[in-house]
Amino acid sequence: MPEMKQTHGKAQCFYDTYERKGELTHQTHYCPGCGHGISMKLLAEAIDELGIRDRVILVSPVGCSVFLYYYFDVGNVQVAHGRAPAVATGLKRARPDSIVISYQGDGDLAAIGSSEILHAANRGELITCLFANNAIYGMTGGQMAPTTLLGRKTTTTPFGRDKIKDGYPLHVSEVLSSLEAPVFVERVALGSTKQILAAKRAIRKAVETQVKGLGFSLVEILSPCPTIWKQDPVEAQKFVRETMAEVYPVSNKCDRTATAEPHPAPAPAPDLDELPRILKLPAAAPAGTAPRALREDLDCRIKIAGFGGQGVLLLGQLLAEAGMDDGLEVSWLPSYGPEMRSGTSNCHVRLASKPVDSPLVTKSSVLIALNEPSLDKFLEEVEPGGLVLYNGDEIPEDARRQDVTMRALPFFEIADEVGTAKAGNIVVLGALLEALPLLPAEIVDRAMARVVKGEKWLEIDRKAMERGRQAMNAVVSAVVSAVVSAVVSKEAHCHA
Amino acid sequence: MPKQLIKGNDALVKGAVLAGCRAFYGYPITPANEIAEAAAYYIPLAGGTFLQAESEVAAINMVYGAASAGIRAMTASSGPGISLMSEGISYIAGAELPCVVVNVMRGGPGLGNIAPEQSDYFQAVKGGGHGNYRCLVLAPATAQEMCDLTRLAFDLADKYRNPVFILADGYTGQMMEPVDFLTVDAHAQVTPEWAVDGTAETRKNLITSLYIHPDELEAHVRKLEAKYKRASEVETRWENYRTEDADVVFLGYGVVARILKSVVEMLRGRGIRAGLLRPITLFPFPSGEIRRLAKQAALFYVVEMSTGQMVEDVRLAVEGARPVEFYSRVGGNVPSAEEIFEKVLKTMEARAANSVEEVLSHA
Repeated sequence: MPEMKQTHGKAQCFYDTYERKGELTHQTHYCPGCGHGISMKLLAEAIDELGIRDRVILVSPVGCSVFLYYYFDVGNVQVAHGRAPAVATGLKRARPDSIVISYQGDGDLAAIGSSEILHAANRGELITCLFANNAIYGMTGGQMAPTTLLGRKTTTTPFGRDKIKDGYPLHVSEVLSSLEAPVFVERVALGSTKQILAAKRAIRKAVETQVKGLGFSLVEILSPCPTIWKQDPVEAQKFVRETMAEVYPVSNKCDRTATAEPHPAPAPAPDLDELPRILKLPAAAPAGTAPRALREDLDCRIKIAGFGGQGVLLLGQLLAEAGMDDGLEVSWLPSYGPEMRSGTSNCHVRLASKPVDSPLVTKSSVLIALNEPSLDKFLEEVEPGGLVLYNGDEIPEDARRQDVTMRALPFFEIADEVGTAKAGNIVVLGALLEALPLLPAEIVDRAMARVVKGEKWLEIDRKAMERGRQAMNAVVSAVVSAVVSAVVSKEAHCHA
Repeated sequence: MPKQLIKGNDALVKGAVLAGCRAFYGYPITPANEIAEAAAYYIPLAGGTFLQAESEVAAINMVYGAASAGIRAMTASSGPGISLMSEGISYIAGAELPCVVVNVMRGGPGLGNIAPEQSDYFQAVKGGGHGNYRCLVLAPATAQEMCDLTRLAFDLADKYRNPVFILADGYTGQMMEPVDFLTVDAHAQVTPEWAVDGTAETRKNLITSLYIHPDELEAHVRKLEAKYKRASEVETRWENYRTEDADVVFLGYGVVARILKSVVEMLRGRGIRAGLLRPITLFPFPSGEIRRLAKQAALFYVVEMSTGQMVEDVRLAVEGARPVEFYSRVGGNVPSAEEIFEKVLKTMEARAANSVEEVLSHA
């Protein structure tokens, strides 16, 4: 008896019987003459030949090929209509050693998923896409697809696809091969044995492109759908071979496999104990900086407002940073949204002995108004007995209140004298802390050293701080701070 | 460990990295951009993936992919983007995948505006997408909670294999507060046994939300239902603030709860015994605690930056046993403590007058 050699058989990466199917577990759910069975077999053979079964993650779409996981003994992920390339992106980037293959029909890929496939291809994702183009929606019963040929009657083009009304057949492979990133794009057909053999080569090469780490690959497979086309399998194959291939030329559209460089392997992830450094978390506090014993009733509500660019937000942040270092409960809330873009800027700062309830300052104990509109807008909400600092030579006559302490100083002119008006916000900080000794100087200096970027700026800011203190000292008496101190205590806030 | 003064949005991202999140897929939208921007910086440094997707639809499906592969994954957006993600969130819940979705709420409907609102409560708590699923929903009110609840969200997502929402508002994201990051150890990633990660061990695994036979889908939906019931029994979280003797119990979440604490203090200053019940989980909702308080409190007062969404759940919990008053601001306007205070006083006066009338008319 001559030695027998098996030349044809079921691919190993198919299950022996299709238990997930539940019934008729020895056969697929595809109609006689359907192209999906052939495409699946070609893919399965490629997986076997490349020896990658354990690494494969197959992404099933919505449509007739939704049940790929009935058949393929590989990792399987079933996804939403059109989203396979996005899911494949997430899978592949999560597991770079896996081989991620998505399989989509024409409605799925070319209509609802046109965005996902275009961008996955354009990013050059290291995935392989098989695109079954049978120019119809099969599973939903024969509606027009973006690939439906002109003149073809479908359930939603009962008078035939009209180029004016319905547009033209979409040439996916041509569109994608016009991009720079894809490495391998080919259109094949299942219209004859010869075409099927060519399809097998293309599918294998597409998967191999991923195995080698070269980049994005896609094979468009012109595929018969005898049931919906209302043809017998032989007629359907002929239609693929003769009619579809007329509109959709069967050929390689792009092959950069010879020149593409493999994607570099991802760097190993850092150890978990590296995370505090990576996340820039604060190191242990320096010795001897334990928070002071504080007054128990501090509750200072500060509103800072001015033009964008005056350093309003940084001034507030410095107060909050220093307050935190001093052991206070603090919050800092910026104006955000459209306000930010209209050229004005404000922030709310709270410094308190007890946990901060609302971070919003709607009744302030201190208002820092760095321009006249801000003074006009917020003066009314200052608590009686509160403090107002205003940027200018004097408080405008129509914005004066007798029941609050108001001080005007040209902060930005003073800052000019130390070298730059940009340090005007720090002059304000110096002036504020002189008028109201909320925080110890060394704590504020330490916060400033942490927040301010660069030695040069820190030096300027230190000078600005000192000038601010001096300027305020010249206009304010100790009595003022005593009066205002009462306002920043909790009791003063039980105004209701 | 010393604290760091940090924006809520940044605290959230650092919390996510400490929670083991190694995949972030997003799409730009105000006011959630800072989350994606911080993720773009930190997550690759921690050995993970950040990708700006072509749309929110793609972003949530990339999350689906990463979660399928057993990686802790998240996205962040705001109302309009969450609407687009709702399809994917339904699939993620259906396929029983864990993930974290952050919604920094803005004004709606439609394009609305970019100022803070709380009008996506229904979307997050009641569904948003199609089908019988729920999302666990956490509502941070401080920068510390933006970190801590994000870490909790990843644990809950894994525990229940379900999407978990962080429902935040622009203020909670934008404000800076001191945060202690190292309250618990960083999470060490372990590939879950159900994942599909391209190895021989997981080859037989299948991720799907498709159950073609009615009996199978019914069994699946019942399993999800049981999961949500279990979560309701053990995961409900809330904060009581001065409720122990409260006659008036306020309810609000996020930044509103912070403002309501001020209102409570102002009312207490007037001799009115007020307290606050702040739901930390919006699903599961602290209905049991509301019912308990209904035995003692004379009045519930709900404040939201929506035309009335959470208040429906409060009314369901109270079951008519006590009056439930409601006050809201919308469009991006945030109610001030003073404004709520005045409103409450008026309401209480009106109620007192009515009850006197009632007594007189019955006499």
